[in-house]
Amino acid sequence: MSRHTVAVLVRNQFGVLNRVTSMFRRRQFNIDSLTVSETESNDYSRITVVFGGGDAKKEQLISQLSKLPDVISIRELNSQSAVSCELMLIKMKNESETREEIRAAADAFNAVTVDYSRESIVYQLTGETHRIDEFVNLMRDFTILEICRTGSVSLEKGSTTIRKVTNL
Amino acid sequence: MQLSGADIIVRTLIEQGCDSVFGYPGGQILNVYDSLYKYQDEIHHTLTAHEQGAVHGADGYARATGKVGVVIATSGPGATNLVTGIATAYLDSIPLVAITGNVASSQIGSDSFQEIDITGITLPITKHNYFVGDVNELADTMREAFRIAKSGRPGPVLVDVPKDIQVAMGEYTPQPPVAADEKHAADDNAIMEAAECINAAERPMVYFGGGIMTGEAQAEMLELAEKIDAPIGCSMMGLSGIPTDHPRYLGMQGMHGHYASSMALHNADCVISLGVRFNDRVTGDKSKFAPQAKIIHIDIDGSELSKNINAFSGMKADIKMTLQKLLPLLKKTARPQWQAKIAEFRSDEEKHQDHREGMTPRNAILTLNRHLKPNTPIATDVGQHQMWSAQNLKFTNSRRFISSGGLGTMGFGIGAAIGAATGTGEHTVLVTGDGSFGMCLTELATAVSYNIPVVILILNNGVLGMVRQWQTLFYNKHYSNTVLNRKTDFVQLAKAFGADGEKVDTLDALDAAIAKGFEYNGPYVIDCAIDKDEFVLPMLPPGGSMDDIIVKVGE
Repeated sequence: MSRHTVAVLVRNQFGVLNRVTSMFRRRQFNIDSLTVSETESNDYSRITVVFGGGDAKKEQLISQLSKLPDVISIRELNSQSAVSCELMLIKMKNESETREEIRAAADAFNAVTVDYSRESIVYQLTGETHRIDEFVNLMRDFTILEICRTGSVSLEKGSTTIRKVTNL
Repeated sequence: MQLSGADIIVRTLIEQGCDSVFGYPGGQILNVYDSLYKYQDEIHHTLTAHEQGAVHGADGYARATGKVGVVIATSGPGATNLVTGIATAYLDSIPLVAITGNVASSQIGSDSFQEIDITGITLPITKHNYFVGDVNELADTMREAFRIAKSGRPGPVLVDVPKDIQVAMGEYTPQPPVAADEKHAADDNAIMEAAECINAAERPMVYFGGGIMTGEAQAEMLELAEKIDAPIGCSMMGLSGIPTDHPRYLGMQGMHGHYASSMALHNADCVISLGVRFNDRVTGDKSKFAPQAKIIHIDIDGSELSKNINAFSGMKADIKMTLQKLLPLLKKTARPQWQAKIAEFRSDEEKHQDHREGMTPRNAILTLNRHLKPNTPIATDVGQHQMWSAQNLKFTNSRRFISSGGLGTMGFGIGAAIGAATGTGEHTVLVTGDGSFGMCLTELATAVSYNIPVVILILNNGVLGMVRQWQTLFYNKHYSNTVLNRKTDFVQLAKAFGADGEKVDTLDALDAAIAKGFEYNGPYVIDCAIDKDEFVLPMLPPGGSMDDIIVKVGE
């Protein structure tokens, strides 16, 4: 099963996220992550959805999305044509026996310490999803207290924009 | 000009060409009803007995006329009573605008009396829906609702209007009716590819659904079949798309489809599929569906392409425009061998056909056929009577079979018949069963109030026949809760509602009763007794293939 990333430009309207996720739920799409945010225009929001499935499933998701009247434009993104990243906050138990090892790993991944207390350390890490996955895997050797991730956001490389391919 | 929100709603309905609506008043839609009172010379309102009857009415109106059906209901239970009808229209791609009142904006979210989140509830069963929060957006929202309802693959749209928005004054400037979105033919390469596939085929078949009527592509389809010498089959939603006596027509496909039609599809090497969605009731076991065929699929809804059945060539496009470009690329071919095969299937079908005399379901429908005019709309409910109708009714003109296909809504028929009769002005027929009719029979009151000319033929077997058939075949004859044997006297019931009717148990009596019904100015109920052990045949067992087809059931 492969992973796909799709960027969706939607009208910035009340309930639009609900419409999109309701369709995903109803048709049983297997969503790995979904983010929604404001864009360069007040009129539009941008949804980045990462999901797993074969090509047929992908085509079905895209064509179902395109039927929603609030959806303006859809772009399928891949690692060759787009840059992607996500942000994670991870809270580790702060113990003298493991502190150095955790810090070394964090340094290697360029994780930033955003909170430090006697009992815990919070790191912030941005990067591609697979890098964050790798860091989490390393941290599993120690005691993870909490994780919070934003899900992946993606933009196409070069000057192409999602709005350029629509009739806006 | 400045108008109240309620007036804006009614004025936009009139502006959009709507002259007939269905509905039921209530507390939070009172202002709209006040406007309907004001504009009663321009817009006719049918008051039903229940909101479900109203939404099926608007649906039947839309199916029979091709126009957008409109239903109006109040908040809370008024709105939730629309849900089955909206879902029915959604599954069958029927253009419908539902307008619901809601509590005042200031009370929204406080669980006030008769408040319900109807936009949330109808999210998965509408093409789109709106909660109107500003009276100045109301007119354009209504116009958008009409545009979406009728564009592309049609469907229902709901507009929820809080009471204060109906009261508030807002700007209204009349506008011409909105046009449906522009349509497009498939691109030339795809058409070329399809043409090559068809030209290379030896046993092509044309298979159409409801999309042929929405896309008004009947003429092009017939020309195509003629040119490539192909037989034509259809889904249940395609019924009445072309005349049933057309020489190339093999009839409905699928679980209870015509044997010849199903066999032709099973043996075809190229299936030109027009406005269909390959529902499981059509395909059975997908892996064995049309196993030798390359599927060419044209549909206005791209999400249907390769959703259920992989298309060799899938075109998201208008059928009519695409066929117009495809036709010149096709070689005119005669296929005597394929036609000989088709003739064989037809004669096999004839052998399996039910030729018993007397009051059989098939004979009842054939008797009805003798009374039908080319324009007679025929509504059905859901179950065995629906399948017997689908198999045996004779159609001449399009949009004359009014039946719930996708959702299979028992109780659909009476409301839909009222809607179809209202929309067409034709004397209408409802074929129903005692089970289905029992669900929404209060709409008899509506039919009486408005003198709706409708012959109601109840094929009364005292059981829920279709479910019973499954129990017979697959559940060891455990007739769990399918034996009705109610004491209801449908003729007395009709009279109590102010209608008339009679009970029949012979074909001659049925023949006379139908004739009488067509003379009667109002609903005429014919309670026609049939045997409870009648089967709908042939039958492809669910998930089965043509190898599993049941053409006869042992004594």
